[in-house]
Amino acid sequence: MAKKITIEPVTRVEGHGKVTIHLDDNGQVTQSRLHIVEFRGFERFVQGRPYWEAPVLVQRLCGICPVSHHLAAAKALDVIVGAGTGEGLTPTGEKMRRLMHYGQMFQSHALHFFHLVSPDLLFGIDADPAIRNVIGVAQKFPDLAVQGVMMRKYGQEIIKATAGKKIHGTGAIPGGINKHLTEEEKQSFLNGPDPMNIDKMIEWSHAALELFKGYHKENAGLIDSFAAFDSSHLSLVRKDGALDLYHGVLRAVDKDGNKILHDVDYQDYLKYIGEEVRDWSYMKFPYLLEYGKENGWYRVGPLARLNTCDFIPTPLAQKEFEIYKAYTNGKPNNMSMHMHWARLIEILHSAEMMKELLNDPDLLKGDLVTKGEKQSEGVGLIEAPRGTLFHHYEVNKDDQITMANLIVSTTNNNEPMNLAVRKVAEDQMTGQAEITEGMMNACEVAIRAYDPCLSCATHALGKMPLEMSLYDAKGNLVDKKRS
Amino acid sequence: MKILLYGYGNPGRQDDGLGNVFIDRIEEWIKKQGIEGIELDSNYQLNIEDAEAISGKDLAIFIDASVEDIEDYCISKVTESSEITYTTHAASPGYIVDLCKQIYGKAPVTYLVHIKGVEWAFKEGLTEKAVSHLEMALEAIKPFLLNPQPLIDGTAEYKTCN
Repeated sequence: MAKKITIEPVTRVEGHGKVTIHLDDNGQVTQSRLHIVEFRGFERFVQGRPYWEAPVLVQRLCGICPVSHHLAAAKALDVIVGAGTGEGLTPTGEKMRRLMHYGQMFQSHALHFFHLVSPDLLFGIDADPAIRNVIGVAQKFPDLAVQGVMMRKYGQEIIKATAGKKIHGTGAIPGGINKHLTEEEKQSFLNGPDPMNIDKMIEWSHAALELFKGYHKENAGLIDSFAAFDSSHLSLVRKDGALDLYHGVLRAVDKDGNKILHDVDYQDYLKYIGEEVRDWSYMKFPYLLEYGKENGWYRVGPLARLNTCDFIPTPLAQKEFEIYKAYTNGKPNNMSMHMHWARLIEILHSAEMMKELLNDPDLLKGDLVTKGEKQSEGVGLIEAPRGTLFHHYEVNKDDQITMANLIVSTTNNNEPMNLAVRKVAEDQMTGQAEITEGMMNACEVAIRAYDPCLSCATHALGKMPLEMSLYDAKGNLVDKKRS
Repeated sequence: MKILLYGYGNPGRQDDGLGNVFIDRIEEWIKKQGIEGIELDSNYQLNIEDAEAISGKDLAIFIDASVEDIEDYCISKVTESSEITYTTHAASPGYIVDLCKQIYGKAPVTYLVHIKGVEWAFKEGLTEKAVSHLEMALEAIKPFLLNPQPLIDGTAEYKTCN
């Protein structure tokens, strides 16, 4: 009997997500889709608002990565106030923003690894969900759980010190930043009592990386093949090809490492990137115009970033990058689960960057804001934890926003996540008669590698358990499971 | 006696900010009353670092907007829960209590104030109904900040969520 399996919503990712898998009469997967209910009303909501409100308004989008939206909006508005793109800010303005961003990257990646991934690695994908969670980690590996908690806290404190507050931060403003770091804050982050100092954060970042590498060594077959597929990759890179999570030019490479987008100015992104609408999904499917809807899709995020960049400009992360690249003989890494490896290298890099910035005297003094001739349009890109984030605004002579277009990281990864689900469905569910916990979780593990954030700003109590439904070819419900 | 009051939600999404506004309002009142030993915090969502935030406290009270089928507000005692919700980017109060206990060996007596919200659009500011629910919740909690012992002992009387 042909069947349709629905996993709704996907557990342990943000917001609404639903997976449907269609099996034919022989149990073969005929179609699989990740449906995401993404709220697109925000772009209309900001129309008519004064442009300088955007960096604060956009934080309403997401309670998980508000800093990324805050900074991407501010970067777009830098252009509008005539402060240029990235390089135009004062040294203090740019470095304070970078510290904010690397703090965000550090805490977000740490949360993802310790909270979402480490239970899978330490207990196995098929382990009982009752222990395969961070509580289980805390019971069996208490030191690791403490590290996760304190790394996340350290990053949050960096954000608070640079953005001004934890909720609706106001630190980044069009053309710069609105505060310096104080000497007291600097000393606290650099030399605070253990564990709240940067050297301990670097040490723990390294330890987390070693944990993954150790697991990979023993489970290479699973990690290398799980939801793996060839793809192109897109991200910002610094003009000299270095990994840069805050600013750069836009580069894409194909599965073999050939450049297919040649370090272009992201102000012109519309010349290179299109967004396809499909009737079964609320979320668009971005693609490189030159290669068309079928072949122009790409991945973003940690895996993509380490595939597009030529090197990492901090010593410890560069050393790890060389090991990572050697594993694929210098070619792009297309193994979805290696996203975790790449993410951990970025944690280490972020910690090193924070140390470098905290030792920079420009954070304590100097001009905060740059001004220039007002423009009517600006684009801001940033490498958010989950991948490249686009903000594009147009304003009128009365300083009101007349157009906003956002391409969020999860949207950029829409096609890859669908392919990952397809790959897992084919590997795990072909010929299966019923849904098992292992099958459900395999699907989630594949999606989780991309760390998707599916419109998560509102979270109030009482929402959304996991529900999985199984339908036959005629649409009759034959099985239903709820977490 | 160390007490933490922690409201969470997104104030840019109308009534989702009930927890945050609760903290702003109770801060004013605590100052006027001159009560000491109460720490206040708010954020978009609860997360794992909040296990550290509640550690070392005798009493923790979380405040959140609610879409549950309740009339206006209610209070529940938080019990440890290792339950996985659909997202672990935002953790439940029970999860935080459990994590705190696992990491630090003990956790404070913890309560959750559920305040009914009705609108969740991209707007600042609470709806009229939510404000009325907030006022009731504030009045319910104030006596316990003057005398928290019954909450800690488990002898307090309050409007439960049953």
